Amino acid sequence: MSRIYFDNAATTSLDPEVLTVMMPFLTEKFGNPSSVYSYGRETKLAIENARKSVAKILNANPGEIFFTSGGTESTNTAVNAAIRDLGCKHIITSSIEHHATLHTVEYLAHSGQAKLSYVNLTPNGHVDMNNLEELLAGSPDRTVVTLMHANNEIGNLLDIKAVGELCRKYDAIFHSDTVQTVGHYPFDLKNTYIHFLNGAGHKFHGPKGVGILYVNENIQIKPYINGGSQERNMRAGTENLYGIVGFAKALEMATATYEKDSAHINGLKTYMGTRLQELFPGVLFNGDTNGRSLYTVLNVSFPRTEKSDLLLFSLDMAGICVSGGSACTSGASSVSHVIKALHNGKSDSLVPIRFSFCKHNTKEEVDAVIEKLKELI
Amino acid sequence: MELNLPIYLDNNATTPMDPRVLEAMLPYFVEKFGNAASRNHSFGWVAEEAVDYAREQVAKLIGADAKEIIFTSGATEANNLALKGVFEMYASKGNHIITCTTEHKAVLDACKHIEKMGGQVTYLEVKSDGLIDLGELENAITDKTVLISIMYGNNEIGVIQPVREISAIARKHGVLFFTDGTQAVGKVPVDVIADGIDLMSFSGHKMYGPKGVGVLYVRRKNPRVKVTAQMDGGGHERGMRSGTLNVPGIVGLGKACELCMNEMESEGTRLSAMRDRLEAALMQVEEAYVNGNREHRLPHTTNISFKYVEGEGLMMGFNKNIALSSGSACTSASLEPSYVLKALGLGDDLAHSSLRFGLGRFTTDEQIDFTINAITTSVLKLREMSPLWEMYKEGVDIDAIEWAHH
Repeated sequence: MSRIYFDNAATTSLDPEVLTVMMPFLTEKFGNPSSVYSYGRETKLAIENARKSVAKILNANPGEIFFTSGGTESTNTAVNAAIRDLGCKHIITSSIEHHATLHTVEYLAHSGQAKLSYVNLTPNGHVDMNNLEELLAGSPDRTVVTLMHANNEIGNLLDIKAVGELCRKYDAIFHSDTVQTVGHYPFDLKNTYIHFLNGAGHKFHGPKGVGILYVNENIQIKPYINGGSQERNMRAGTENLYGIVGFAKALEMATATYEKDSAHINGLKTYMGTRLQELFPGVLFNGDTNGRSLYTVLNVSFPRTEKSDLLLFSLDMAGICVSGGSACTSGASSVSHVIKALHNGKSDSLVPIRFSFCKHNTKEEVDAVIEKLKELI
Repeated sequence: MELNLPIYLDNNATTPMDPRVLEAMLPYFVEKFGNAASRNHSFGWVAEEAVDYAREQVAKLIGADAKEIIFTSGATEANNLALKGVFEMYASKGNHIITCTTEHKAVLDACKHIEKMGGQVTYLEVKSDGLIDLGELENAITDKTVLISIMYGNNEIGVIQPVREISAIARKHGVLFFTDGTQAVGKVPVDVIADGIDLMSFSGHKMYGPKGVGVLYVRRKNPRVKVTAQMDGGGHERGMRSGTLNVPGIVGLGKACELCMNEMESEGTRLSAMRDRLEAALMQVEEAYVNGNREHRLPHTTNISFKYVEGEGLMMGFNKNIALSSGSACTSASLEPSYVLKALGLGDDLAHSSLRFGLGRFTTDEQIDFTINAITTSVLKLREMSPLWEMYKEGVDIDAIEWAHH
């Protein structure tokens, strides 16, 4: 049975071309980049070239790009640094952030290191900008704002420039979890007011186990992982060499075909949304699906019935891979915190399904999934 | 057989990946790419099964239970998690940690960080052979001590600390014992039960596995050890380490552990014989000294000082042909002499004139022959040009000379 993979927000397949570029660094070019002889110099050079390439694509300086083990580490590093090193005593976030952010800020608040505020959300899940400004204006202490660029479950997009400008106005530190958008959107960091953002290779056909943290050159932070002097004393640990090389290659490839791929994927999302609306009365779109929304994610709720209760299971039996929410929380059987926040009190009567697409998906696959849904509901 | 140059003799810095490891990893890059935390479809299950299998392979190598294995991005992260995680988790019991001056920088730097957070750290000196004094260790324990952190095998000189004696002392005083096992695991038998280890870090790329992946072993029974997570998020790795799992890396690490386990005995014998031959030949050079205890030592490591020769100059002589280092890679960018050698009591001159030889699975007898010849020739050549060597040969006591300071 050929399977249909519509869970690309959880992870994507590594592009074979990316693997080809990684292969020498999995075999003969294995030197520790900190070693001074030829084996080390050639791998050090590969890392610095990857850094330059990533920086150029994001319109940042190479000195602002740090390689980490992934999005979670980058978020933990940024948010903790804002409190420990940059004098922030107040955190503003939202209740629909990824758990890497939520659990970090909860820990900081719980241990008394910072005060924590959750910004109000509009009914369709966007940040209430007026409320954000009120929170910033009302804070006697320096604030760090941590808001994700695109929500991993419902796809809502933050107006990152507008939030940045508010942060500029109130001298706040701004971190954005951009794990779902790096590799999917163009960035222009030299012209964006932002201090930290992060990316994870495996969300755009790059390798797992590698990510980036962008740290604006105007701020100075201390390492979160202590040890050797790798990453210019900012992140200790022998570099994940082949991962870093693969991250850069995947980002280069994603950037090169961005217009074509995003148009194709957006077409799939729109088509599927339209078909669902035509065929399933009572289907709800979670988030601002047809407005400011990530083109890769379509999150819908079906009314809860005996049949739809088993929907995720039945889809899997049919070889259709989707998720009820984020993979990072999909072990939990309860409805995701994001859906709960959106449908206050009514979420138990809904069965949310996240379809997330990539460049390899086709209209035929969407049709096949729709046919199966007709059968199952 | 044709000898391919350069020869790699720096396996303590990193090792080439075993082709069998790469073969095991390859399917998990492109086809079996699922997120191990995806519970709703087969891509996720396949990834999770692979991770579980690797967890068993890793656990088996060190005599642990699979549930006691926490995957990290490497040994440095694991060291940070062990030290900071225990410090935070056991804050109500005390704030004192005991370590030693020859630990890897990842341990020492994490300890410095802990001191800034209000912790107290005792840095034990080592004896001239690189081993700690067990009496001093026991005397350093106070009612505030929560953790003893002593590495298993040293990365620069290869000495193996008396781990069982250390853990017995820790047990006696109700203190946890953490060991950085990065250089030892996979090279010598390490058994967390017999050795009495409560926490242990190690990494893939020091045992012919991939970079970017490591392990923290956290004991679950007698006693049940807990660490405060240093990376919060989706609650992966039983809440101790969040972040999407590096599935191919983990699969590779599992395979690397299996291979090390199966081949440890024969490899240990082969490597120590080769190392001993290298060492014996180089000790034929006048004024050459082996650093550290030669009895309690990793089978693949030797660290030798050639007096009256600059280590950097020495390396210039052959570094086109032989890749090795004068100390740890993590500090090799700095021109300071090795703090490990200085802790043994070596002066700057001897510390500066040392070479670390790290043999490995792919080292051959021909490479050792070439190395013996190349190093010997380089040392003799440099000494011919050295005024210090000339003075030494003329019987001048160089240590007694008072040098004018510029």
